[in-house]
Amino acid sequence: MMFKKILIANRGEIAIRIMRACKELGVKTVAVYSDADKNSQHAQFADEAIHIGAASAKESYLNADVLIQAALASQADAIHPGYGFLSENASFAGTVASAHLTFIGPSADSIRAMGDKAESKIRMKRAGVPTVPGAEGLESESDFKKAAEEIGYPVLVKAAAGGGGKGMRVVNQVEELKEAIESARREALNAFGDARLLVEKYIPNAHHIEFQVFGDQHGHLVHLFERECSTQRRYQKIIEETPSPLLTPELRKQMGEAAVAAAKAVNYFNAGTIEFIFDPQPSTLNLQPFYFLEMNTRLQVEHPVTELTTGLDLVQWQIRVAAGERFPYSQEQITQRGHAIECRVYAEDPANGFLPSTGKLLQYIEPRGPGIRVDSGFRAGDEVTHFYDPLLAKLIVFGESRETAVQKMQAALREFVVHGVTTNIDFLQDVLTHEDFAAGNVSTKWVENNFKWTPPAPSFESLVAVSLTDSSTSIGNNVVNRQSEIVNEHDPYSPWKNPNGFRN
Amino acid sequence: METLPTNLNPDSEDFKTNSLHHRALANELKQRLAKVREGGGEKYRKRHESQGKLFVRERIERLLDPNSPFLEFSALAATDLYDNEGPGAGIVTGIGRVREREVLIVANDATVKGGSYFPMTVKKHLRAQQIAEENHLPCLYLVDSGGAFLPLQDEVFPDVNHFGRIFYNQARMSAKKIPQIAAVMGSCTAGGAYVPAMSDEAIIVKGTGTIFLGGPPLVKAATGEDVSAEDLGGADVHTRRSGVADHFAEDDDHAIEILRNIVETLPSKVESGKSPFYFPLSKPEEPLYPAEDIYGILPSTFRETYDVHEIIARLVDGSKFREFKARYGTTLVCGFARIHGYPVGIIANNGVLFSESALKATHFIELCDQRGIPLVFLQNITGFMVGREAEVGGIAKDGAKMVHAVATTRVPKLTVVIGGSFGAGNYAMSGRAYGSRFLWMWPNARISVMGGEQAANVLLTIKQEQLQREGKPLLNDKEIEAFKKPILDKYEDEGNPYYSTARLWDDGVIDPADTRQVLGLALSVVLNSPVEENNFGVFRM
Repeated sequence: MMFKKILIANRGEIAIRIMRACKELGVKTVAVYSDADKNSQHAQFADEAIHIGAASAKESYLNADVLIQAALASQADAIHPGYGFLSENASFAGTVASAHLTFIGPSADSIRAMGDKAESKIRMKRAGVPTVPGAEGLESESDFKKAAEEIGYPVLVKAAAGGGGKGMRVVNQVEELKEAIESARREALNAFGDARLLVEKYIPNAHHIEFQVFGDQHGHLVHLFERECSTQRRYQKIIEETPSPLLTPELRKQMGEAAVAAAKAVNYFNAGTIEFIFDPQPSTLNLQPFYFLEMNTRLQVEHPVTELTTGLDLVQWQIRVAAGERFPYSQEQITQRGHAIECRVYAEDPANGFLPSTGKLLQYIEPRGPGIRVDSGFRAGDEVTHFYDPLLAKLIVFGESRETAVQKMQAALREFVVHGVTTNIDFLQDVLTHEDFAAGNVSTKWVENNFKWTPPAPSFESLVAVSLTDSSTSIGNNVVNRQSEIVNEHDPYSPWKNPNGFRN
Repeated sequence: METLPTNLNPDSEDFKTNSLHHRALANELKQRLAKVREGGGEKYRKRHESQGKLFVRERIERLLDPNSPFLEFSALAATDLYDNEGPGAGIVTGIGRVREREVLIVANDATVKGGSYFPMTVKKHLRAQQIAEENHLPCLYLVDSGGAFLPLQDEVFPDVNHFGRIFYNQARMSAKKIPQIAAVMGSCTAGGAYVPAMSDEAIIVKGTGTIFLGGPPLVKAATGEDVSAEDLGGADVHTRRSGVADHFAEDDDHAIEILRNIVETLPSKVESGKSPFYFPLSKPEEPLYPAEDIYGILPSTFRETYDVHEIIARLVDGSKFREFKARYGTTLVCGFARIHGYPVGIIANNGVLFSESALKATHFIELCDQRGIPLVFLQNITGFMVGREAEVGGIAKDGAKMVHAVATTRVPKLTVVIGGSFGAGNYAMSGRAYGSRFLWMWPNARISVMGGEQAANVLLTIKQEQLQREGKPLLNDKEIEAFKKPILDKYEDEGNPYYSTARLWDDGVIDPADTRQVLGLALSVVLNSPVEENNFGVFRM
């Protein structure tokens, strides 16, 4: 039975993307919004909108109880979590189910199994999916030496409790090992109060390649090919494309099969993504070119590139399989056609450590044209606040080949006009024109290590354009407010409605 | 409306000293509350849970809408009474939100003497019912009680406001279309059996819920019959054969689910009475100044004075206040404001009551009554002015006018004792006897017929006069001190807010920083019942 009404527990572009799919399917939509999103596009776009709390995500988009309460109050029968926020929170998925609502996504068990790094690694090994070779529980230097030799140099010595690059050392040969262990141990103890170390294979120019998987609740699961997501800044993707320029048909088949096996190992259904570390120059000692990194048990930001090249509407299918429908295509029926690229347009300053840039969008014009898709959550006059991720829009283009797609993207970025906040548009443009990008040689550390970028000086024409538009455009906050909050009109402001859990 | 300014200097020594003092009092309150929320202690909690029963507070949490407020009453009832064996008097009462409507919850705590009724348990249960009746709140009883506490039967059974009154209230409220719903989640013996029996609808839990007039031991003694509790009055018997209960629940959670479903089908509060909304509501605004400032405003002793406007500025919407007769009878502050969007008339002490202050208050109460605006009393009163001038000026009749107006006004009254509550000032400022819908105390409050110091001096004067009459030597300074000490101690002990709340002289001690929230919840609650026509009667002129 198709749902009658879906609550979208998210904001911004993804909330609107999901609502579009709902509208196409004839399903009513409920938006939720925080204090900061009172006038936001996603709240306007829904059939109803419910205020859920203060601006900070903890008090609104991460507040599971309030979201469920809103869903019950609006008589929604399902919740779509989008990405981020509570989308990979197993207990949220469980609570949604126990409130007799459908969670549009995988089961809480699948989320939990893949959320636990250690458990997922064990499960992947058992399912025959290659994981990064490594060893833990090592004590003496000779233990480390033995393990490193088995894995093959270079290796990474890192803190077992770690994260953020602290207590991490690359060891290229056995002579460096002793020193690396000692310094990593000191650093680990200082940073985490835990000196335990582990050894892992180090892959120098690693790429990030992920496979979309999709399954229904009747045991049918396929992969929808890869996405190359190696262009990253501060561990965050900024350009994604498919197909990957690095994969041969043979490798693509192997990785696709591994992805399906990985997902099946946790009885996965709905949309998910298997992330792999891809080694473009596998050592002769170890010919394995890809390793399971982790699984994202939700819809990905970059799902549109897969949609454009496979022709499938992933969000529609998410909803349909959550409602119990069968996914009708076999692996053989799914094919890739052409090339798609996505650029994430952020309100941030690449010249200044990618710091978020906030303010009012004085002018905002999205590019249009054949093969150009823009998923966004902003309009001219909107405010970009510091409360949430500063993603303004996802610009996605489709071309018959990688070259035509890149050309199209460059043209589209030139037409993208944003005044009022600093954006990464110029930065993206320069990455696309770089020879390394053209050659497909961009690894995950490339922006950090190889790309020296200086912002272009603004041209006279652009300065004139900015001053003209900014002074002549009067954009007020006079947007129509058609939020249909559920209110008891006799006591609309009752403090009993504040979900603050007050106890005296 | 005018915005109240603040003259507070948070860097001053006074502010810091006061802050420390009153924060410590608020912490003491929190600790006492945390302690009492453990119920009858670990051992009894374990035994309770091993029977598959949820702890009383867990039952309430699951019954309430997720994350919604719960306004608990007299959580510290029976403090230091019954050898401290009845924390919270073994019963939890309060208003909460279930399926989007405000309901009154009365829930026994079976970890405290099996949920049996001490005198204060009865008083707390009856007070909760009174709140429900005055504010037209459906009553949900989560019953798990062995009935009256037998060693104190003479204090719980026979009198007007004793055990029988519970069922009298249930019948009367039902007749007034105030729903009475019971969930039997444990024993319900003897008199207790009447709680579900007198309810409009009753649920009973399989295995743990039992209802009978006489339990197995009594049956054995009376008739020699050997029968198990389950066969005598379990869920199956009562829902299939006797019809004493209506709904069969598999466990506590199931019972709560049924209860929530029943509440969902009750008529909404607006349909069940005529709409009480006779004034426009506006969007709530936070005060301009933080509530925590209150800790620094309140002096550490009653001898020091402060300006009560500073407190009002931290309770009302946008710190906006339209003062009435600001230049007249200035020891009492009257004015209009909003709290959480609800209009209120505030009457706050700013010194001793003179004739003028009492006349001003009487006028102001008439205004609020005419306009149907609820009254909020901020009580900090040493009493009415005494002395020849005051008496000749007719302070007794002017005070009587205020007391008369307070007693007869039809609008809901809310009282917060924010400092002293002494003498006839307590009456004029809508003390417990004056029918405030709710009355709370701050941890720094003191309540007694007069201040301890005054009482000691009055008794000392009488003593000295007596000695003089008898021709005996008067007490010297040292003896005076020794004479006064036990009196001061007694007043300090009995005037303490925890002494008060233990005996249900109030609806609870609250953290000053929570006052605005508590008042807002209460204002929403009082609007459940319509305001009646009023007749003030005869004022002494």
